[in-house]
Amino acid sequence: MTKNSNNQSEWPLWEVFYQPKDGKPFEHAGSVHAADAEMAMQNARDTYARRSEGIAIWVVPSDQITASTTEDEEPFFDPANDKPYRHPQFYSTPRAVKKRK
Amino acid sequence: MSTLDIKPETKNKILVEVMLRLADDRLIHGHRLSEWTGHGPELEEDLALANVALDMIGHAAALYSYAAEIEGKEDEDYYAYFRDDIDFKNVAMMELPKGDFAFTIARLFLFSAYSYHLYKDLIQTVEDEQLNGMLQKHFKEIKYHLRHSREWVLRLGDGTEESHKRIQNAFDEIWMYTGELFDLDEADQAAIEQRLFVDVTAFRNEWKSLVNEVLKEATLNVPDDDQYMFSGARQGRHTEYLGRLLAEMQFLRRSYPDAEWK
Repeated sequence: MTKNSNNQSEWPLWEVFYQPKDGKPFEHAGSVHAADAEMAMQNARDTYARRSEGIAIWVVPSDQITASTTEDEEPFFDPANDKPYRHPQFYSTPRAVKKRK
Repeated sequence: MSTLDIKPETKNKILVEVMLRLADDRLIHGHRLSEWTGHGPELEEDLALANVALDMIGHAAALYSYAAEIEGKEDEDYYAYFRDDIDFKNVAMMELPKGDFAFTIARLFLFSAYSYHLYKDLIQTVEDEQLNGMLQKHFKEIKYHLRHSREWVLRLGDGTEESHKRIQNAFDEIWMYTGELFDLDEADQAAIEQRLFVDVTAFRNEWKSLVNEVLKEATLNVPDDDQYMFSGARQGRHTEYLGRLLAEMQFLRRSYPDAEWK
């Protein structure tokens, strides 16, 4: 049994991602409970896709996501300010590139 | 106007009759589905049923509002709140009490499969531009209702012993109300001649094979067609349930006719 369905009376949890536009990356919308993938899609559609939020949905079983923990914060996210070469702001951006932004 | 024995004469009257029949099915079904709001088996399904209810009531509202425009009524509310049960043209299946979740799903599936075929044909046939536009818009949502209810029929049928028993009972119980979906009366004939409606008997077999296929996949028995079939609700001969439903749905508007959403 997965960690989300220890309680037999509750459906497993699914994370819902939606794509706002063609070519755009998927964004996290939230989560839904559902017994299986197809019903998770249905529930995701009802919960997160009724106000033209996007054009495509992914659902992923929540327990399939490996996430960082708070203990990971330092090794993962410390910005390493003592290593200035990691920051690209020393390079000047050509004007043509700036315009395109 | 009750349609007990009156055939609509002008093209506009026929159009209004067609729209009221379509709309009444959806308003009454929408009301029954809305009774699940706050009582769904899970939060997600609660939302889904409320959404489907809103779709149905929305479809009805659009049809009523066009009918009101043609008939010169002040607004579409007249049709929902100020008609009596004898004037409602919905089939009896829609007014049966909400029952358990399996019954709700069985009804939604049978009706969505019917609506799917009906709208597919209507869109090809109906020449009135405004009505056709509405039907096309609503058709997208009907496809979703069909998909959602089909998925549930499969899961309940092929699920636990309890869910199998309940959904089988639901289909057995509701079957005698399916015949009426395919009844044609004089008003329908007049509408078919004017290209405002389609011959529903033409897609009965397609409807039947869709239902058979899903029930078979769900390990359910298809009830026998050769049984007593209820009829006459479209002509005003309703079950005892519609009056009570309307009493609840209409009381506020009838008690306070000038009440407004503010």
